Amino acid sequence: MRKKNNRIGYLFLLPALLVIAVFRLYPILQAIRMSFYKWGLAGPLKFIWFKNFARLFIDPEFYQSLGNTFWYVAFVVPLTILISVFFANLLNQKISGRGIYRTLYYLPVVTSIVAISVVWKWILNPDRGILNAMLNLVGIASVKWFNDARGIFEIFLAPLGIHVSGFMAGPSIALFSLILMAVWHNIGYCIIIALAGLQNVPRQYYEAARIDGANGWHIFRHITMPVISPIIFYLLVTQSIIAFNTFTPVYVMTQPPGGPLNTTNLVVFYLYEQSFKLWNLGYANAIAFVIFIIIFLLTQFQKRFIEQRVYYE
Amino acid sequence: MNRSRKKISLHILLITGACWMLLPFFWMISTAFKTQLEALKFPPALLPNHLMFVNFIEAFKQVDFSRYFINTIIMTSGTTILVFMTSTLAAYAFARLKFPGRETLFALFLAMMMIPMPVYLVPSYVILSRFGWIDTFLALIIPWSVNIFSIFLLRQHFRTIPQELFDAARVDGLNHFQILKTIVIPLSKAVLITVGIFQIVANWNSFLWPLIVTHSDSMRTIQTGLAYFAQAESTNYPLLCAASTFTTTPLIILYFFVQKQIMETFARSGLKE
Repeated sequence: MRKKNNRIGYLFLLPALLVIAVFRLYPILQAIRMSFYKWGLAGPLKFIWFKNFARLFIDPEFYQSLGNTFWYVAFVVPLTILISVFFANLLNQKISGRGIYRTLYYLPVVTSIVAISVVWKWILNPDRGILNAMLNLVGIASVKWFNDARGIFEIFLAPLGIHVSGFMAGPSIALFSLILMAVWHNIGYCIIIALAGLQNVPRQYYEAARIDGANGWHIFRHITMPVISPIIFYLLVTQSIIAFNTFTPVYVMTQPPGGPLNTTNLVVFYLYEQSFKLWNLGYANAIAFVIFIIIFLLTQFQKRFIEQRVYYE
Repeated sequence: MNRSRKKISLHILLITGACWMLLPFFWMISTAFKTQLEALKFPPALLPNHLMFVNFIEAFKQVDFSRYFINTIIMTSGTTILVFMTSTLAAYAFARLKFPGRETLFALFLAMMMIPMPVYLVPSYVILSRFGWIDTFLALIIPWSVNIFSIFLLRQHFRTIPQELFDAARVDGLNHFQILKTIVIPLSKAVLITVGIFQIVANWNSFLWPLIVTHSDSMRTIQTGLAYFAQAESTNYPLLCAASTFTTTPLIILYFFVQKQIMETFARSGLKE
């Protein structure tokens, strides 16, 4: 009887296990192996020890893509979360039409990034785009968006006589265009998650605080913040991972892809180019390995946080 | 007085936000109906002069969008059906059956879920080409026929079904497969619908995978087809917007039907966390 039960357990698990083994576990192990080979599309494979990593270590383009990705994540994630928490707070009040707002804010999340990228490329068109038309309307000169490789810190610090370049120049205007779109695309999801958290706060808390004469800021600081801070942290980690893995907008929107001057080349796009344009498969896996390490550290961070929270409650 | 003024300012803020969220959709649809000359006017007119329905037909004709739609529907329904099968079976095993190594395997599954696609992208391509699956539906469907998050969701739900139901079914002589079919699945409709919705959205919108595992025009999906079209017609914005409109509309319609379900799922998972 027990034996039979065991067999049924494995039998039920078999289809899922098979697919996971062949299309997840094996490729992951294979990725590690491949990173030690010179592995092209044709020709013999050659075991080259750590040469891929050594090359990666001195590859300026790789560093630039890592730097771009850093700025991308560092801008997208906090902006998304700040705006989301603000709107989640508004939506948590007793107002009519809450469901409609929620539905509308979430709409971009179910829309494909390819279509969104096509449309935003048009919105941000330097000569004909509607966003520049709107800026002109309020007296701001047109921005070159995807064609502008200058870093935003570079631009803002120049009038002060401070000159920064390279990584310190910050995200280029072109990368900033991608940042704008990503924030727009992601806030719907974050609002829903933050709102779900806010709705866990018993109404009486707010009422009691109000009777005690607390103002809006006090209520936010002492009631709302403690409740949603774990959720903010959760969003911080998951959104960072999502932002870190960005590929599609770079592919669809930037011209040439990753440009201008390589300032929109994000690390996953660089991986794609090395593997599926240049067919340096071994080298690409060394990049994948670095991506893996960074994501792993991020998830460990998250795990530790969840454990902390269990203790906290 | 003070209260209603506060409400009004709240609505003004929320409406302003909603306008920004909707602006790209509005601009997509508005441009889709313009002539190319009209679209290139600057500053632009908010609405088209005449509704150029012909843009939609033109975009549909320029590349084989009907083929792309069919491919996407095959891919989406294939993965969704397989995910239903693999997930319910695996979730049942994890939630209701006892066997050695169960927890270890579950932990392994969860660990696999954490690993993002770019990490295993290149080796997957190598494996698929060894199988001779590149540029076939097998490459689009089989690697995605298991969804670990769905297994996780279903397992959580299966565990909430009262033990007495299972005991009674065992007394009646039902085997595990029959229990799954006649008791567990009918009691899990809401979760299964949620799983299905997320599958459909994810598949319909997936881009990087189909981009890599298919080459020929006849295997393109909606998303790779749209990206291809965007490169081919990089300056004809009315056509591009028309194509963007008809590729996103099916999901947006679906979304309006199921949005309550989506919101409830998030609200519920929020409570659990």
